[in-house]
Amino acid sequence: MDTPITPSQVGRAVYACIRECAATLRADCFDATQNAYDAALAADGQSREAGVLRCIVRNAMIGRNEGMPICQDTGSVWVCLEVGEQLAVPGDVFSEVPAAVERAYVEGRLRMSMVKDALFDRANTQSNNPAFTEVRIVPGAGCRMHVMLKGGGSDNASRLVMLPPSAGREGIKAELLACVREKAANACPPLLIGVGVGGTFDKVAALAKTALLREVGSPAQSDEAVAFERELLDAVNATGIGPGGLGGSPTALAVHLNTAPCHIAALPLAINMGCCAMRSATVELVDADGRALANPAADTWHERS
Amino acid sequence: MPNAKELTLPLSKDVLASLRSGDEVTLTGRLYTMRDAGHARCLEYLEAHGELPFGLQGQTLFYAGPTPATPTRPFGAIGPTTASRMDFATPALMDAGIVATIGKGKRSAAVAEACVRNGGVYLAAVGGVAALLAERVLASETVAWDDLGTEALRRIRVEDFPVYVDIDTRGKRLYE
Repeated sequence: MDTPITPSQVGRAVYACIRECAATLRADCFDATQNAYDAALAADGQSREAGVLRCIVRNAMIGRNEGMPICQDTGSVWVCLEVGEQLAVPGDVFSEVPAAVERAYVEGRLRMSMVKDALFDRANTQSNNPAFTEVRIVPGAGCRMHVMLKGGGSDNASRLVMLPPSAGREGIKAELLACVREKAANACPPLLIGVGVGGTFDKVAALAKTALLREVGSPAQSDEAVAFERELLDAVNATGIGPGGLGGSPTALAVHLNTAPCHIAALPLAINMGCCAMRSATVELVDADGRALANPAADTWHERS
Repeated sequence: MPNAKELTLPLSKDVLASLRSGDEVTLTGRLYTMRDAGHARCLEYLEAHGELPFGLQGQTLFYAGPTPATPTRPFGAIGPTTASRMDFATPALMDAGIVATIGKGKRSAAVAEACVRNGGVYLAAVGGVAALLAERVLASETVAWDDLGTEALRRIRVEDFPVYVDIDTRGKRLYE
């Protein structure tokens, strides 16, 4: 099967996803925030955390109803194409992404947040380019695209550390709690925390970031991972940093763990913070039977039932 | 914020001294937006001229880089950025006359000391609710540094803008 994924198909989908994401709190994060708000309201409607959680819910509604960006930091753009091994991908598959990004940011009145060079030229590119793009080969004949608008504050609160294998679970937990105590208040809690363990120095960060794509409330890959995620979440929420970093609970809505093989000498750990205005979308460009979809719809928002 | 103290900008020394860490406050009046690149320029001006530029003495800085205007409001979204990135400049700017700053997250010990020394405060705003906060901004004008885009120095008019007192004039912090 050789259904080609065209640059224009990718460009159109990137444009649609950016416009949708900027004004939309991801549906699973909205539900989790609403649940946290309901719980805070039941405990003490006058508490500071209830007030902050109410603001987050109302903010999401303004985004949905009025199309306003839910955060002034409309992010850097990450585009991840998951391509089935039975498909052919042209080498220029991302060639229309820069034009799509610029058009989405100009027409959406979004904030331009990218500079030309981190060190030598911090002039704004005025188009929010470049986007960060990658292709991953996956089993099957389908193709999905993930788009994430990542805020600077939450990415700055993230961490990568190469632990010794002897550090084990306790070492990972201690490092996560240190990171949360030091940085969580900067990252706009309640957080979605992506944790990557394994791989190599460069791969572990991708594991952590990819963990943010998983739907809040969906189970981890194994029973062991489910239990460890729960343990980490409980520990994070026991810090009392709270919504807005203003005290109380929750500090995080979920901790998502991705693990992978690694070198005998290594225990790589990456922590990627996702903020309370988590914005990502996943679209199907080619279905499981290898048929290209003409008008893929971004799956970011569902009416709360 | 039903229990909030309603304050008018600019903040007087007496009002600043009356604030206590943990207080809920709403602000009405004029704020100045300034963030990373603006702080570098402001500090440079201060070091060269010995005073703050653009009449910033006695004013409150809001660490924010808003999204562009919409047909109905000055900004689509505006909210606090991480305050600790401004810690390198804040003590000097407070010594020169800035009385309060608004951002998110914790500050350095040097900023808390500058609050005590100058009778100033650090106010925390909630991050990630920028469509909501933008409803409290009535007007905006660019004062300087238009080349910085979102990081330009702006004078904005806010009404009932919600914040929490983090560091008060005694140096007490919301969370140590």
